[in-house]
Amino acid sequence: MIELKNISKSFGEHHVLKNVSAKFHPGKVNFIIGRSGSGKSVMTKCTVGLLEPDQGQVLFDGRDFTSMTQRNRKEVRTEIGMLFQGGALFDSMTVSENVKFPLKMFSEMTDEEMDIRVADCIKRVELEGHGDKFPGELSGGMQKRVGIARAISMNPKYLFCDEPNSGLDPQTAIVIDKLIIDITREYGMTTVVVSHDMNSVIEASDTIHFIHEGEIAFEGDNAEMLVAQSDTLNEFIYASKLMQKLRDK
Amino acid sequence: MGIIFHIGRYTRFILRVLRKPENGAVFRRSLVNEMTTIGTNSVGIVALLSLFMGAVMCLQTAHQVSGWIPVYTIGFTVRQTMILEFSPTLIPVILAGKIGSNIASQLGTMRVTEQIDALEIMGINSAGFLVLPKIIAGIVCLPLLVIMSMFLGLTSGAAIAFLTGVSNMADFQYGLQVDFVSYDVIYAIIKTTIFSIIMTSVSAYHGFFTHGGALQVAKSSTNAVVYSVVIIMLSNLVLTKLLLT
Ligand SMILES: Nc1ncnc2c1ncn2[C@@H]1O[C@H](COP(=O)(O)OP(=O)(O)OP(=O)(O)O)[C@@H](O)[C@H]1O
Ligand SMILES: [Mg+2]
Repeated sequence: MIELKNISKSFGEHHVLKNVSAKFHPGKVNFIIGRSGSGKSVMTKCTVGLLEPDQGQVLFDGRDFTSMTQRNRKEVRTEIGMLFQGGALFDSMTVSENVKFPLKMFSEMTDEEMDIRVADCIKRVELEGHGDKFPGELSGGMQKRVGIARAISMNPKYLFCDEPNSGLDPQTAIVIDKLIIDITREYGMTTVVVSHDMNSVIEASDTIHFIHEGEIAFEGDNAEMLVAQSDTLNEFIYASKLMQKLRDK
Repeated sequence: MGIIFHIGRYTRFILRVLRKPENGAVFRRSLVNEMTTIGTNSVGIVALLSLFMGAVMCLQTAHQVSGWIPVYTIGFTVRQTMILEFSPTLIPVILAGKIGSNIASQLGTMRVTEQIDALEIMGINSAGFLVLPKIIAGIVCLPLLVIMSMFLGLTSGAAIAFLTGVSNMADFQYGLQVDFVSYDVIYAIIKTTIFSIIMTSVSAYHGFFTHGGALQVAKSSTNAVVYSVVIIMLSNLVLTKLLLT
């Protein structure tokens, strides 16, 4: 379980996160939703230590990550897989090399074992046959999928996905959602997904945190979200015509 | 305030860079890559510049030689200029433009596209992983390039003296050898090594701490070159005072 306790983060005068607390559970797909600029990416980055929170604590299965030394953090980090909003692939490496990179750095596997694992990860994101291409030769959606393959190559205990299916067509988005659910269940990962795609929120979420102006404005599951009595949340959920139609039915 | 901030951040950055690499094999491979980018790929430009510099120094000095200035001054001046200043200082300054901007824009792009964050999240010391191979490659390659530059400069000086007839070979050779102190070459190598560390680390620093987008990457790359050159020139003054007087 990942636990955020009273996290605050400001950039100068701009208070992005105000006293945010949340719990993300193992074996579950935990969603963070909210409007663009509401602080979702900052919240995930504070969680994994890419940004230092001004205040508060982050616990990974009870281990206080915030006050850890760099050396101990490293240990936790090797248990984290992360998909970045822009993919963040290493553009000097091919697709296969990107996925293989964490294995090469940290695993004890032989070269053949690594290749098998890499092929498996690439297959899971449906990119067979693209292993020798460079990131620059891929579409945005394909880069995202390579990012996912790289994030899961080390079998992480904690998986963070920042907008895994933005830039993907609806069909591929469903494949990715399903992949995230499957690996989460299969390995009992604690998965945190940042998204503003209502479709995948409805399809894939076990828990939902709605963040509004730097505060958690709603916390619950799918069913609770759809009937929640919160104006800001309802505005967010029912912004699209499709969702309005669903509600009115 | 600004300069103290930068000195503090640069120091912490270098301490991170100097930590033991996570994976020896991966480190060696990227060291070889960097030696290719920094060393092998610079051979052409260094050779070209040195050949022309040696030749021009020879002709310019020949132009001064008349009456009471002896002809062997030509060989002597070519030697002193190449060994003391052109090869060890101007070559690093010129390479700061080529290599420094390359390093800064590479790291800057990796920063703004979150590739550095991706390394960090895997538990890799991104500063060490990316920068240490560059600094070591610079320390290894620049002195070699500079020695090559000295050699080519002297050769082309001799060749042009011979071809244009401004000096006979015996005088030129005497000029090359007269009052030669081998410490001058050691001084040059020490300078070059320090300049190479300045060039790679200052450029890496500017690239690594880029924030924003393409515009900031361009700015970092400009800053990398400007700061590298200025710091090289300042330390040139200090080192010359310390080592030669
Ligand atoms: N490094 C930074 N420096 C200054 N301000 C920042 C920084 N990172 C984020 N911010 C600010 O924090 C706020 C929240 O940004 P964040 O990236 O978390 O938004 P988000 O919820 O992920 O939005 P999106 O859905 O568009 O990705 C924004 O107003 C942004 O300007
Ligand atoms: Mg975001």
